[in-house]
Amino acid sequence: MLAWTIYISFLGTLALMLLKLSAKTARSIALLAAIAGFAITAYDLLHSANGTMTTIVHRSWIPPLGIEYHLAADGVSLVLVLLTGIVAIAGVLFSWNIEHRANEFFALYLALIGGVYGVFLSADLFLLFVFYEIAIIPKYFLIAIWGSTQREYAAMKLALYSLVGSAMVLIVLVAAYVVAGAKTMSLLELSQFPFSLHFQMWAFPLMFAGFGILAGLWPFHTWAPTGHVAAPTAASMLLAGVVMKLGAYGCLRVAMVLFPQGLDPWGFSALGLASWRDVFSLLAVIGIVYGALVALVQQDFKFVIGYSSVSHMGFVLLGLMTLTRVGLTGAVLQMFSHGVLAALLFAVVGRMVYNRTHTRDLTALGHLHLNKAIPFAAITFTLAAIASIGMPGFSGFVAELQVLIGAWNAFPIYVLCAGIGIVVSVAYTWRALQKAFFSDSAPESTTHALPPISMPERLGAVMLILASLTVGLYPQLLLNLLIPALSSPLFDGLRKGHWQ
Amino acid sequence: MTWIVRNLWLIPALPLLAAALSALAHRRHRLFAASAAIGSMTLSLLLCLIAFAEVLRLVSQEHIARLPFNFDWFQVGSEWLKLGWVLDPLTAVMLVMVSFVGLLIFIYSVGYMAHDDNFTRFFCFLSLFAGAMLGLVIANSLLLLFICWEIVGLTSYLLIGFWYQKPSAASAAKKAFITTRIGDLAFLLGMVWLYSQAGTLLFYNYGAGCLEQAALMKLVTQTTSLGIAASTGIALLIFCGAIGKSGQVPLHVWLPDAMEGPTPVSALIHAATMVAAGVFLVARAYPLMAAHGGGLGLSLASAPALKVVTWVGAITAVFAASIAVAQDDIKRILAYSTVSQLGYMMLGLGVGGVAVGMFHLITHAFFKALLFMGAGSVIHGCHEEQSIRRMGGLRKLMPITFATYAVGMLALCGFPLLFSGFWSKDAILHAASTWGVSRTPFYLATLGVLLTAFYMTRQVLYVFFGESRRPEAHATSPHESPGIMTLPLVILAGCSVLLGLIGTPAWPWFSAFINGQHARFELRGFAESGVLTVMFSSTAVLLIGLGIGWLLYSNRLNAESASPDAFEQFSPSLFNLLRNGWFVDTFYGATFVRSAAWFSDACDWLDRWVFNGMIHLISRLTLGASRLSRSTDAFAVNRTFDQSCRGAALSGRLLSRLQRGRVQSYLQIIGIAFAGFVLFLIWGHHG
Repeated sequence: MLAWTIYISFLGTLALMLLKLSAKTARSIALLAAIAGFAITAYDLLHSANGTMTTIVHRSWIPPLGIEYHLAADGVSLVLVLLTGIVAIAGVLFSWNIEHRANEFFALYLALIGGVYGVFLSADLFLLFVFYEIAIIPKYFLIAIWGSTQREYAAMKLALYSLVGSAMVLIVLVAAYVVAGAKTMSLLELSQFPFSLHFQMWAFPLMFAGFGILAGLWPFHTWAPTGHVAAPTAASMLLAGVVMKLGAYGCLRVAMVLFPQGLDPWGFSALGLASWRDVFSLLAVIGIVYGALVALVQQDFKFVIGYSSVSHMGFVLLGLMTLTRVGLTGAVLQMFSHGVLAALLFAVVGRMVYNRTHTRDLTALGHLHLNKAIPFAAITFTLAAIASIGMPGFSGFVAELQVLIGAWNAFPIYVLCAGIGIVVSVAYTWRALQKAFFSDSAPESTTHALPPISMPERLGAVMLILASLTVGLYPQLLLNLLIPALSSPLFDGLRKGHWQ
Repeated sequence: MTWIVRNLWLIPALPLLAAALSALAHRRHRLFAASAAIGSMTLSLLLCLIAFAEVLRLVSQEHIARLPFNFDWFQVGSEWLKLGWVLDPLTAVMLVMVSFVGLLIFIYSVGYMAHDDNFTRFFCFLSLFAGAMLGLVIANSLLLLFICWEIVGLTSYLLIGFWYQKPSAASAAKKAFITTRIGDLAFLLGMVWLYSQAGTLLFYNYGAGCLEQAALMKLVTQTTSLGIAASTGIALLIFCGAIGKSGQVPLHVWLPDAMEGPTPVSALIHAATMVAAGVFLVARAYPLMAAHGGGLGLSLASAPALKVVTWVGAITAVFAASIAVAQDDIKRILAYSTVSQLGYMMLGLGVGGVAVGMFHLITHAFFKALLFMGAGSVIHGCHEEQSIRRMGGLRKLMPITFATYAVGMLALCGFPLLFSGFWSKDAILHAASTWGVSRTPFYLATLGVLLTAFYMTRQVLYVFFGESRRPEAHATSPHESPGIMTLPLVILAGCSVLLGLIGTPAWPWFSAFINGQHARFELRGFAESGVLTVMFSSTAVLLIGLGIGWLLYSNRLNAESASPDAFEQFSPSLFNLLRNGWFVDTFYGATFVRSAAWFSDACDWLDRWVFNGMIHLISRLTLGASRLSRSTDAFAVNRTFDQSCRGAALSGRLLSRLQRGRVQSYLQIIGIAFAGFVLFLIWGHHG
């Protein structure tokens, strides 16, 4: 059943590519496809999902190489598939005004969604890699054609970063295939193969960093702010909302599951670092603080949100490196939370504000008195800001709390640093909020009425806020899926070595 | 388990519901918003009284008066994280105070905010605050307390910045939130640490809570790498949260600025309830604060965390009072006074235990709310004038406000016998005088009494006595506030007097109640060693303060508002130092704020030039490599290819000559070849 999330998306792409449709029909088809994906996921969650790994489709694909078309889902995938469904619907709602080559826009949009669903549902690593690559291509065109500031540059930078990352992943995948020698790319089987410690020690960091690039791992994060800024609203929502999660998902699902011993101590220490776990958690914490600090001095509204994504994704990576169950559930919750909130923030900045004012300069926005001109945008951004600084009640709080609880035993100092990142996040969020919406500066002489916030925008914003609130108030909804998943045999390797 | 314990959640839920409803209401629906807020608060107050009666009943029956109710929230790894609420004397007292004072301030706000466009939003935020604050009070889990703690902080931000059109209000709101967040960060770390050690964040859970014997025994025996017990480390981190919220030194800087909010907000949030939450937190976590290696709270003096609480409290009490003497803004004086009084509460907790600190918290809530609302009435009557230098002579124009303000002032100074502040402050002073570690906090607190009397005298003289010093430009004269504003003042003034009766040494009902015991009326309480000595000495100090204030200011009341202050004439440099709050703000601006800005710029620069530069470098290198390949292509590969092509073409042309299809030349060649061949054979054989 869940496989249809992928098929419907690609069928939508096909329909939009082949048929000559008006913009109105095109977006309706895209919306229907997105809603169908979400509905299928919701149905599955309500009826059959218990969080453990369940095969959906399993066929032979390239028999000589032992490569299979194998789709399966466990709690971790389901949470992210659900996130994709939510963000996909919101993304279409916030692209309701796209008129320029709408057919192609929504075709590429659905292709991207389909690729993302595919990555989250693949249980064969070759298949996963194929979907991972499929997701990169539409991203490039969405930015290069419909983007703004420096769009060619940003699109190329994003594509190159992604391809370098996937090259690193591919090298390790091929090596693992050859070393295991079992003629299989199956995640489940490879995860049981005892790779030698020496192999894991180089394979793990290469693959983790390869996936980490897409998750905004510092210092490979610079694609993210420029990419987010240049992308059209829906693309930046997807980029921050789900594409960055592809990277984090790969880190957990592939790198950590295949090579758990890569996290073991090296046996020596350099600069106070004694394992890849230390290295990556340090990078994660640097990302948290660094992203927050850079966000504090940006003049471009979208750059503030772009850098805040780097900061928030640091919590995901830190959560993964805690190697505790609570840290891992926190990391996946943070993926969900950041996905929803980043999508909302980009929607407000890109669609509600930039499409109306044609400026993202915080000082220029200060002259427009947006809280009076578009009060709905001001309220939405205030709520999104409150949620993203980790206010209890919204999803960010429970996610970050779990990450910090998980990290406390292993790295108390990093918890302190991450906490400082949270304090700085308050500063940059309030700064942007006040400058953009509640500024007191004198109105410019040429004030013209802004178009009111449309119904699709309202629906999308309410949906994202509700998603964040639901998880924030009742996180058990997702934890019911995550905890059985993380207790499954797939994560045995991690559990044996480190689990606390 | 009785009905009220199971349904204690209704107390915060009702105001929260009111907040949600008025959030959805249109801004025109002013009446609806106000009646939802006041109605829900009234119901909450009734429930609080029922809860209070329940605790009274339990205490009188000598039951254990602590009833927790816990429930699962979510799984942390394999365990469930629980939340819950608890009904005990501490909760009951706070509940009644918060809902009662809250209700009065809600009523008062209807008058005060009557002309504001955003009346509906105001009541929405107030209700949200009240809900979160009541939730904070009933929380039986450090996490739930923290959650409510954050939400009250958020509403404080929203309400300080309520008039966001004023730049000062917007920046004050931001400052308040960020400063308290620094304390909250330590609180969060302490909470995470506590969870990792104790495995629970519930306060009371039938022996398994983190404030109960088993967990505390474990915490005091574990030592950290710093050499202090885990319990002390956790307690100090949690206390940092209280420092931020309750405006203690060194995080006090936000509270005076928070006066940018509407005055009912200052009264409710920044005087009576939210800022006292830090004190309440220390009181709630008292078993943890008092735990130390030698045993659990056997002698309070030796608990390291409580020593810190004591010193911070004592220093704050004097420090803030000293700043208050040189302020001109009526609300800023009261704000520094609040900081100072919160210091007294902390001091009371440190030296005397929960009951001593909490009694002052309760009495202070009433008389400080009274003073703020009186100040609001004055500001309202004087058409938004806040400088006491430009007031004067209001005694006759605003008689009710003056009378109630005088009661509040005397209660704050601790005027003997009649006023509640006297009894609560005296309990603190007495406990400080018997503290085993040092007598300095007692001296500091006594000095604070002198300063308090002085600055309140100065303020009251400036505001209510003499002739009006208002600039001539204002045509309309000050007027008394409407009944909806003065009625709450009268009620609060009554409470400020009567509350003293429940905490005298002769009938210490309050402290007995907090400890779940019976109180007996015994005049012998006064005869206990030191009680009367402290009373007399503090009264003497108080009178000295009043006297100095009177001497300095009574004969200068009719001076021009621009002329220097009497104290300024006495010592300009000291006045300037105090007026600027010992330049703490300037210092923070020059150090922390500037270094944060520097770091941000540095990171931004790093991102722009180093990381992006690296990308550009790599792209240049790649392009360079491509160019190189291209030139290799062009000059090496292509040339070779071209030359070989040319060579091939040449040889082809040569060869093609051979095949021009002309029979003559074929024959020619055949002939020549034949001749050559023959010659070769002849020479070959002979050579």
